[in-house]
Amino acid sequence: MAVTKEQLNENFGKQSFFKQLSPFDWIWAAVLLFGAGFAWNKYSALMDHYEVGILFGTALALIALGWYWKATRYLMIAIAAVSLFAVSLYGNDLGQAEQNFFLMFLFSSQSATMWMSALFVMATVVYFVYLVRPNEFIGRIATAMVWVATTMGFVGLMVRWRESYLISHDIGHIPVSNLYEVFILFAIITALIYLFYEARTRTKAMGAFVLLVISASIAFLLWYHFEKGAHEIEPLVPALQSYWMKIHVPANFVGYGAFALAAMLGVLYLIRENAARGGGTSKIWMVVMNLVGLGILGYALFFVSSTVNTLIFVVSALFLLAIYYLSIQKQRVLSYFPPAETIDEVMHKSIALGFAFFTVATVLGAMWAAEAWGGYWSWDPKETWALIVWLNYAAWLHMRLTKGWRGAPLAWWAIIGLFVTTFAFLGVNMFLSGLHSYGEL
Amino acid sequence: MVNKSKQQKPVRLWLEFLGSMNLAITILVVVAVASVIGTVLQQNQPYQDYIIKFGPYWHEIFKALDLYDVYSALWFLLLLGFLLLSTSVCIYRNGPSMLRDMQHYRLTMKEKSLRVMRNFREWTLDDAPESVERTFAGYLKNKGYRVRRKTADGTTVMAFMKGHMNRLGYLFTHVGIVVICVGGLMDGNLNLSAKEWLGNLKLETRDISASEVPDVSRLGPGDNWSFRGSITLPEDSVSNLVFLNIRDGYLVQELPFAVELKEFRVEYYDSGQPKSFESDLLIHDDQLDEPLEETIAVNHPLIYRGHAIYQASFADGGTSMELTAWPLFDSASEPVELEGKVNAQREIETPDGTMAIEFQDFQQFNVFPAEQVTEAGEVEHGGEAVSGSDMVRGGEMGRSDKKFVNFGPSFTFKLRRPSGEAREYVNYMAPVEQEGRYFFLSGMRESQAEPFRYLHIPADDKMSIDRFLRFHSWLNDEARVRHVAKQSASQAMSSADIQDEAMLQNIVTSMVRLTNEFVRGGYQAIDQRIRETVPEQQQAQVAETYLKILNSVLENMYWELLEDEGAVSEAGITPEQDRWFEDAINALASMGPYGSPFYLQLSDFDLREASGLQITRSPGKNVVYLGCVMLMVGIFMMFYITHQRLWVMIRPEGQGSRVMLAGMGNRNQRDFNKVFDSLGDELDQHYSSRQ
Repeated sequence: MAVTKEQLNENFGKQSFFKQLSPFDWIWAAVLLFGAGFAWNKYSALMDHYEVGILFGTALALIALGWYWKATRYLMIAIAAVSLFAVSLYGNDLGQAEQNFFLMFLFSSQSATMWMSALFVMATVVYFVYLVRPNEFIGRIATAMVWVATTMGFVGLMVRWRESYLISHDIGHIPVSNLYEVFILFAIITALIYLFYEARTRTKAMGAFVLLVISASIAFLLWYHFEKGAHEIEPLVPALQSYWMKIHVPANFVGYGAFALAAMLGVLYLIRENAARGGGTSKIWMVVMNLVGLGILGYALFFVSSTVNTLIFVVSALFLLAIYYLSIQKQRVLSYFPPAETIDEVMHKSIALGFAFFTVATVLGAMWAAEAWGGYWSWDPKETWALIVWLNYAAWLHMRLTKGWRGAPLAWWAIIGLFVTTFAFLGVNMFLSGLHSYGEL
Repeated sequence: MVNKSKQQKPVRLWLEFLGSMNLAITILVVVAVASVIGTVLQQNQPYQDYIIKFGPYWHEIFKALDLYDVYSALWFLLLLGFLLLSTSVCIYRNGPSMLRDMQHYRLTMKEKSLRVMRNFREWTLDDAPESVERTFAGYLKNKGYRVRRKTADGTTVMAFMKGHMNRLGYLFTHVGIVVICVGGLMDGNLNLSAKEWLGNLKLETRDISASEVPDVSRLGPGDNWSFRGSITLPEDSVSNLVFLNIRDGYLVQELPFAVELKEFRVEYYDSGQPKSFESDLLIHDDQLDEPLEETIAVNHPLIYRGHAIYQASFADGGTSMELTAWPLFDSASEPVELEGKVNAQREIETPDGTMAIEFQDFQQFNVFPAEQVTEAGEVEHGGEAVSGSDMVRGGEMGRSDKKFVNFGPSFTFKLRRPSGEAREYVNYMAPVEQEGRYFFLSGMRESQAEPFRYLHIPADDKMSIDRFLRFHSWLNDEARVRHVAKQSASQAMSSADIQDEAMLQNIVTSMVRLTNEFVRGGYQAIDQRIRETVPEQQQAQVAETYLKILNSVLENMYWELLEDEGAVSEAGITPEQDRWFEDAINALASMGPYGSPFYLQLSDFDLREASGLQITRSPGKNVVYLGCVMLMVGIFMMFYITHQRLWVMIRPEGQGSRVMLAGMGNRNQRDFNKVFDSLGDELDQHYSSRQ
């Protein structure tokens, strides 16, 4: 008996991380590793050491992600299954995109991207309905739509990757090389980070706002597609032919996505605070909010195309409408918005996540620049704006962590931060010239 | 003692100021704002451009503020220096206490302080204190906590700690920033600025060859341990120096070895976009037994003796060309065969005096997006042609354009008149297809700021420019024109049944004059003449008559030309020949403004390319990378590790014991609350299940 007690004591609380994993976790990890091994076995002749490293590194990172956030295992399985199905339908004939039913209407990269776009826009609407009628079923539908849209977005990119090789062997490349492709990346990464925090905080109130940002990027994507024909796969310029692209770009977009999410949480925070103080729209900040709306519209005027102006107008009008509605619906806001502290903390976590990845992306970018342009830092506009974004969020984090700031000022700062980030992401490409002009309009 | 602390006071105040968070955040924001300037205002452009843009007044102010080179301006470096100083002071002040905090378990906690913690639980258990201690310690150790214990007056205190690496995260990030700055400083050109300030170094601003640059603008291999220079190396040439471009001048930097370019290659995708740029290099160095052979490409530099050699751009390295100069307005002269070479010049005799042809560039391929080639056949270069450097580094060509058209080889030259004024021309070697017809293209512009205006010379049945040049030369031959004019005039008069020798002479004279004016100045010249000599009411009518007369001469001349060629078939003029005539007239009409007394035709070339190399030495690079790694690791440690502390206090109570568990985490309070609750719940369960 004594022995058992000792044993009990010894093992009490001992739970290695690995023992918590289910058999499914292990099978899933094995499948991922097998997939990486298969790819290596089949394509190693085309890869250099770095790319092999990136391949297996990605597999390990995805295993870790799946173990940490279980839902992504299903996401990855769905993406892999659908993508492989689409690739097998293609065979070696790009023409199948116009002949095969599944490719034509569902899984060619164009179709998948269109499905993603449609689903994101519809999800935005459903999340808005949820704001007005917060009922569980509607919430579930909205979340499901975001999951499916994200899946389709990833499938679109995966299939596009294959399609680029089908066009010609030397044209093939990972689809993160121009503004069109990274806009898809931005939409799905932002959606993924949102889904994570939605599950974590068990609240869907922020969905409408986050999805609005995603919809804005979809609007841009569609304009870019139809007006500029940017969806066509182009060969890579020599400067982009590097393994660095595979890690620099995605890391950057985790940063951008997280910053976008943080800004929307800032909006949510301000709405909740307004409600807690008695609600109403007569407050000065409503006026300011409208000024922000005007700012967005003014920004829209920079575009030459009236299509984009209209789209941005619609998005900002929806945005202001939502804010107005929530400002007069004090009870509603207080009853189903998460507590202010929670919003504040998720905002902080989101900025921390963004900052960490943005740092990594910038460092990787510097290393790449050292290899391609002969210097790790040239004060090129894109580099400089990356630094500005970095300094901005560094200041934000210091304010919170050391000065103990909380709440409204940081919420405002996060919102302004999104404007700075947007300029670094888009504005630099549109208004400033430099080395980093791959995504010109 | 008192004195000492008094002396230290100002120091401490300074440290406090420099290490204060307010200052740090202020500097962060100010650096961010200052950085914007350099992105909005294009940096390091020729001063002339700035004067045109801002006017001389603002130019002086901007120059004085170093706004044209913000990132090496003293005030900007000072700002960065402040950021560095502030960070260093922060580390100096907080670092030691953070390190201590990592090691310190805080065993001296009193019950009172535990009770006020947000996370606190208490149990009264039947087990003896020793057993409880073992259970708790074992449990928490299994959970990854480290422990220290102390017993006094029968009370046992155990202090647990986990995630102390979080504190290291703070140190890593901040030290990382300092290290990055130090590395950046090593690679900055502070020592050059110092030398320049001391007068030991002077920027060269003249456009002279490297060997003529005086010593005061030269740097030996050991004089400068960090630089970023460039050189354009033609094929089969060697160089042991690079140029450092600084502000509005440059310095010559000598290398400890020599670089030879064997061959430069550009490969293209099927669509015509460049796919790769490569240079075969030979490194000559006394330290090597035989030259080192290496191929570099974009993204694949060569690192040799601490120097990195990059493929940065390309240019023409002196292609030699075989050319024919066809005289345009002088029917008596014969075409001249001549040789040309890019970057060289040669003289040519013309009726207008001796002119200089300055050969500027040669392009083997001219690939244009099809949509930029408009219906009128104009090639819109979008102002400036894409430079070799832009293409290599990945600039403009990255935009997604659709189909591409290759116009084949072309060469650019300046034609300098005796007066010194020059026009720039670009001629294509082969005819270019436009709407099913073929044209020889020749562009002309009077200044670099203008786009080229193109002359479209129709190619004949044999795809040659001969017919047009012959046509043009015949029209310049007054005797011929007179002969043809006489023919057409008498034809016209006889069909109108008029016989008047004086009138015929008059008409012929005006026909010849009209033709001559047209050939020299196009429709514009005729138009101008009408406006000057004819009353306004009659201008339209006269213009119509003139055009008719002119056309009859041109048509008849064309007929003669075709007959001479033996190209007239029995069916008369074919539709193709008819279209050629229209195109030729259009070309003739713009021949006047073309402004060259000859047409330069390229018949053969021997390509010689040059590779633009960037050679850098940056000993600070690895220091910067070290800092970057510290920064990245530090950030993840700081954000994703929570420094958690737990205390367990055990007091005997009767047969059993009373246990208190309290804890705190230094960040992510909500997450730590969850951790603490689950620990407490598990312990609860453990004890309740045994009772």
